[in-house]
Amino acid sequence: MARITLDHLAHAYKPDPRRAEDYALKEINHVWNQGGAYALLGPSGCGKTTLLNIISGLVRPTRGRVRFDDLDVTDLPTEARNIAQVFQFPVVYDTMTVRENLAFPLKNRHVPRDRTARRVEEIAHLLDLTRVLDRKASNLTADMKQKISLGRGLVRPDVAAILFDEPLTVIDPHLKWQLRSTLKEIHRALDITMIYVTHDQTEALTFADKVVVMHDGAVVQTGTPDELFERPAHTFVGHFIGSPGMNILPCRVEGASAFIGSERVALKRPYRPLVAERVELGIRPEFVQLQPKGVGLPVHVRRIDDIGRARIARVEMNGHPLAASVPDGISIEGDEASLVLDPRHVHIYANGHLVTDESAGGHAA
Amino acid sequence: MTKTVNNKAWFFVLPVFAIVAFSAVLPLMTVVNYSVQDTFGNNQFFWNGIGWFQELLDPSSQLGERFFDSLWRTLLFSAIILLIEVPLGIAVALAMPREGWTVALCLVLMALPLLIPWNVVGTIWQVFARGDIGLLGWIVNHLGIDYNYTGDPLDAWITIVVMDVWHWTSLIALLCYAGLKSIPDAYYQAARIDGASRWAVFRIIQLPKMRRVLLIAVLLRFMDSFMIYTEPFVLTGGGPGNATTFLSIDLVKLALGQFDLGKAAAMSLVYNLIILAICWVFYTVMTNVDAQRERIEA
Repeated sequence: MARITLDHLAHAYKPDPRRAEDYALKEINHVWNQGGAYALLGPSGCGKTTLLNIISGLVRPTRGRVRFDDLDVTDLPTEARNIAQVFQFPVVYDTMTVRENLAFPLKNRHVPRDRTARRVEEIAHLLDLTRVLDRKASNLTADMKQKISLGRGLVRPDVAAILFDEPLTVIDPHLKWQLRSTLKEIHRALDITMIYVTHDQTEALTFADKVVVMHDGAVVQTGTPDELFERPAHTFVGHFIGSPGMNILPCRVEGASAFIGSERVALKRPYRPLVAERVELGIRPEFVQLQPKGVGLPVHVRRIDDIGRARIARVEMNGHPLAASVPDGISIEGDEASLVLDPRHVHIYANGHLVTDESAGGHAA
Repeated sequence: MTKTVNNKAWFFVLPVFAIVAFSAVLPLMTVVNYSVQDTFGNNQFFWNGIGWFQELLDPSSQLGERFFDSLWRTLLFSAIILLIEVPLGIAVALAMPREGWTVALCLVLMALPLLIPWNVVGTIWQVFARGDIGLLGWIVNHLGIDYNYTGDPLDAWITIVVMDVWHWTSLIALLCYAGLKSIPDAYYQAARIDGASRWAVFRIIQLPKMRRVLLIAVLLRFMDSFMIYTEPFVLTGGGPGNATTFLSIDLVKLALGQFDLGKAAAMSLVYNLIILAICWVFYTVMTNVDAQRERIEA
């Protein structure tokens, strides 16, 4: 059981990093609380797996320390940390039975045989593997194999955290849900920290209590799924989370108004003058409503997509593409229409970062 | 589903049948023809039925004794070199670097012995092992060890075995290396997290993943060593005495040295059948392994 602290952590795969671009992982300070369910979300190549491998000890960081509670484990090898990892592709030991696979980590740690046997039964029951305990592990489907990989981590009573590296990549879609709820159940049943790396926002938002969004080797926001949706701290988060992503438009801010070209948009509060290269307005399509011509900001309608539970209009305003939701009962004649923006959900970004009350002075960047 | 039946395709395969007939079937029939006859020269042949085969397979006859001696010698040789080359090849493959510029260097160095023509390998070792001018022989003799591969049967065997190990271990190493390279990193990382020892990693990850290539390597090396001719022929000529006369060398002695065409023909047919039988066993084992794997993956 442990709280995992990352202290000024940074990593470069090149031997002599000088510039910021040399770092695969830029400096990060973060605390993973005991028993939390975290997701590490970001596109491929943003440094998620590097971060995970540093925590598990497979990669030694270039700078900074990793602490489990108060113990500095930066220099400890993987096998000396009480951590387990589940990989993208299921790892099972082909020549062994499921039972032997599950017992393997305990056998290596010289746990007495009767205790091992009991523990294996327990974990097998938890993962619903009891039926197949005596079958060869190589004989099973991918989701079963992934459960075995997970089981090898859970079976160790000392394990403080389990790290998942995109564990559902090779699992059939209809089994993904099932396996993910198994994970949630286990998280509730056992007091174990789980860190789940993925590039799939649905997986991240449904699994985790707290999501850490990474972009280009840096953490851009940490928050609950609601916070990420309501108040993206960075235009990247707004764009990456949500389907379709947040609308981002270059604008000019004057007091409580933003101007997109010559069109005025009301803001929920006045802003102090912003000194930044790039000032943008962000609003999620869910809070932009398409209305008939003349009600709000004039736009050109490109097309309307029916995505099942809602209709999304793809429109163009001053040459900028936007997505907006189409309220029930609204039908648009021709391709001229207008947009109504909910001022409570309009955010202003300076150089990509959210302008908050504290930073609303221009030192946002 | 209906299948288009078009037997015209057979015409395109016909040339192959013709070539195979001339290159394999006709010579083979000649051998079969010789094996049931006896000749005293002048192109005069006498019917002998299965006489040669009876003599060949009867260990109490002169021909049979000679045949079985050569056969055991050949099997012993194959067994020895497999016992040395397979573990050694695996060890070399494990020790080879996985990344960096040294990989290419290693691969080239390893492949070099495989590229040398077999009779050149024999010649190299013939000179290398000589006591008077050969580096190896000279050094060994000067270390106070009495070593003479042309006079002492054991020395001759050791030299041939070492030569074969030098020549062919890299084949096994390269095949195993390819097998090792195909193991994803996650397996090693998972094993580290599970606290597996180096030996356990080898036993539960590397060896099972190498099984297929190892099977092929063993098959190749067995067939090659069972049919070995050129290198020992150049190195020892089958001597001293008959100490290194393997089946293939014996066959040539019988056919081209003594011109006992009937006996030699019978011997080569039996030799051929032994090789086919062993091939079949290997093939069955390998396809069984594949079928098992497919069942597992299905």
